Amino acid sequence: MRTADFRGKTAASVETGVSNAVPGERDHIVADAAARILADFADPQTINKAKSGAWREPLWQALSDAGLPLAWVPESLGGSGASMAEGFAILGVAGRFALPAPLAETLAAGWLLTRAGLEAPAGPMTLAPSRTDDRITLDAAGRLSGRAAGVPFAQDCHHLAVLANGVRHKVIALVDVKDCRLNDGHNLAGDAANVVTFDRVTPQRSAPAPDGFDETSLMLMGSAIRSVETAGALETILSLSVAYANERVAFARPIGKFQAVQQNLARLAGEVAAALAVSGSAADAIAQADTFDEAVFLEAASAKIRTAEAAAEGSAIAHQVLGAIGFTQEHVLHRFTLRILSWRDDFGNESYWAAELGKHVARRGADEFWPLVTSR
Amino acid sequence: MTASLSFDPIRLPRECDALRAEVRAFLAEEIAAGTFDPHHPGHGDSYNRAFSRRVGAKGWIGMTWPKQYGGQERSQLERYVVTEEFRVANAPANLHFVADRQSGPILLKYAPEPLKMDILPRICRGELCFAIGMSEPGSGSDLFAAKTKATKIDGGWRINGSKIWTTSAQIADYMLALFRTSPPTKENRRHGLTQFLVDMKTSGIAVNPIYQMTGKPGFNEVVFTDAFVPDDHVMGEIDGAWKQATSELAYERSGPERFLDTFYVLPELIRALGPEPDLRGAEGLGRLVAQLHTLRRMSVSVAGMLQAGREPVVEGSIVKDLGTVWEQKLPGRVRDLAAFLKPERVNHTALEDQLAFATVIAPKLTIQGGTTEILRGIIARGLGLR
Repeated sequence: MRTADFRGKTAASVETGVSNAVPGERDHIVADAAARILADFADPQTINKAKSGAWREPLWQALSDAGLPLAWVPESLGGSGASMAEGFAILGVAGRFALPAPLAETLAAGWLLTRAGLEAPAGPMTLAPSRTDDRITLDAAGRLSGRAAGVPFAQDCHHLAVLANGVRHKVIALVDVKDCRLNDGHNLAGDAANVVTFDRVTPQRSAPAPDGFDETSLMLMGSAIRSVETAGALETILSLSVAYANERVAFARPIGKFQAVQQNLARLAGEVAAALAVSGSAADAIAQADTFDEAVFLEAASAKIRTAEAAAEGSAIAHQVLGAIGFTQEHVLHRFTLRILSWRDDFGNESYWAAELGKHVARRGADEFWPLVTSR
Repeated sequence: MTASLSFDPIRLPRECDALRAEVRAFLAEEIAAGTFDPHHPGHGDSYNRAFSRRVGAKGWIGMTWPKQYGGQERSQLERYVVTEEFRVANAPANLHFVADRQSGPILLKYAPEPLKMDILPRICRGELCFAIGMSEPGSGSDLFAAKTKATKIDGGWRINGSKIWTTSAQIADYMLALFRTSPPTKENRRHGLTQFLVDMKTSGIAVNPIYQMTGKPGFNEVVFTDAFVPDDHVMGEIDGAWKQATSELAYERSGPERFLDTFYVLPELIRALGPEPDLRGAEGLGRLVAQLHTLRRMSVSVAGMLQAGREPVVEGSIVKDLGTVWEQKLPGRVRDLAAFLKPERVNHTALEDQLAFATVIAPKLTIQGGTTEILRGIIARGLGLR
């Protein structure tokens, strides 16, 4: 396991954002637009019943027409130039729909390409590495080698944005998926998650990453993204569970009238609340930060840890409330629970980040702990 | 979608930084002067009249209240900073804290003007201790089963009955209490209780200490025998106390005191683990840090919503539910993570001492101020389940 050390890194000029957050109105407008498109083209009920992937094409077309996949890419590089906060608002909505398409990945890939000033292509993208131990190298001849496991939606994408170790510095590269070797993997929810092998692949374009930007920066960004999506999915899990408890009658009354069920749902609400608060805070931290400094580390690592815990706890409660029907293919609950359980493993799982955070806090020492907590 | 929970990522504003530095400097001076020991909660007296007066002199009690009543008209977020710094330092704030958090705001809202002018400035100066008279021998969580009776007489009310588990009653100058002024109605079992301000020096009030399982007094039984409370000490609507509870609960339930009561074991664990903990120690510590950060961000968010004039009752209840369960489990988690550390380490005794104290007080954390079960009932109602 690699150790992230953030001491003295605050001065490094790693840009985090395209533009700073304009909190409030605009986030809502963008989120509402995303919600309308997903309700029309990616309704979980409809997709759950779909016999084919025919829904994919019109969905992506609608998302692209609205400029959502390249929200974090400035107009000069082919995107729609939304703020970080607006992009995170889109991802919260994607989570609420348990979207089985690489929208978050395309946003993240566009954001990564933008770090190096690279133009973003149209079409779905994903990014590598997405696991903490994977490293990809770029040799002197400009060819990429290495292996990245669990790359989300790789087989459904046209391009990969890659962070690689160049000869002298970190490099960001745009790669055609067809130039890589992919296995046939998928995650718990059935979404593609492939081992991508780079065997002396020549990227379509590449450029140096900004000073100080490294795999840890990428994992933190990915963690914040997965946290926001998880919180969104948990919101839907809560509303599905409450609605079911109010409808399902047993022993002559809705099961939501039983205190045992109410206590469980209140606990679920607590997990949803924790996930919303910590992921919203991490997204805000990234939107406000100039660099991937200690503040972003504390916020994004905490968000990944706590939302992963909420995913486990919250899924278990929701399944308990919905009973047998919630365990069927027919019901949509699994679309949400299995995705949030899978997302725990992307961009560093909760144990990885907990160990990193613990080491960091231990290095700072006992007397510096409370000041660190209150710095956020 | 049902039940929309809201936790905006509110940050403490810049003016809080200077205030925090000032509070830390003040507490450091008090520690240096021997007023209290931050590393040994439970040693020494948590009620300290002289200390509370010095806190009052700094303007940190009732600091959000209007200036005409002795307040500073500062924000809820600034008060938040003072509260969390005092709590983390284990400062002996018990004398003034309840008055600052909930009694003062009730007086501000419901007391007649002369009473406000009399009492609120004294709270702000750190001179007054308040108790809360809610539970009775036959009514704890079921608040509206209270039977202690207030009978209308000429010029006021005659009180008979008793309150129990009353914190601070042995030292309190005043109590805000719920008394029965009418029987409940068929339609509304919450009807018939009225909130009163009681001067604890009134004749006919006896305070009997009840020792807690810590071996110390903390609870009291307060017996009223024909105690007289004047008319102008009625707080709000007669028979209508139940209408007055909502927004105050959010204040009472969402503050930093709802997850920081056993905090001290965490820095002590960090000291014990040392700068290079093993993987088990690091991973366990990291989870606790993430959980604490989350709770604090939730709590600050609620404070910000209160400052903005919203009433986040469900969110506040969630903070107390998650926060108290967390602070209750914290000593056990720290004990686990310290289990294989060498007893020769420098702070062995301090950690053992703190764990012993935290372990013994832990059971009360999910009972006081609304049990976990009651909170979850409130949350369930907010979700649309009852």
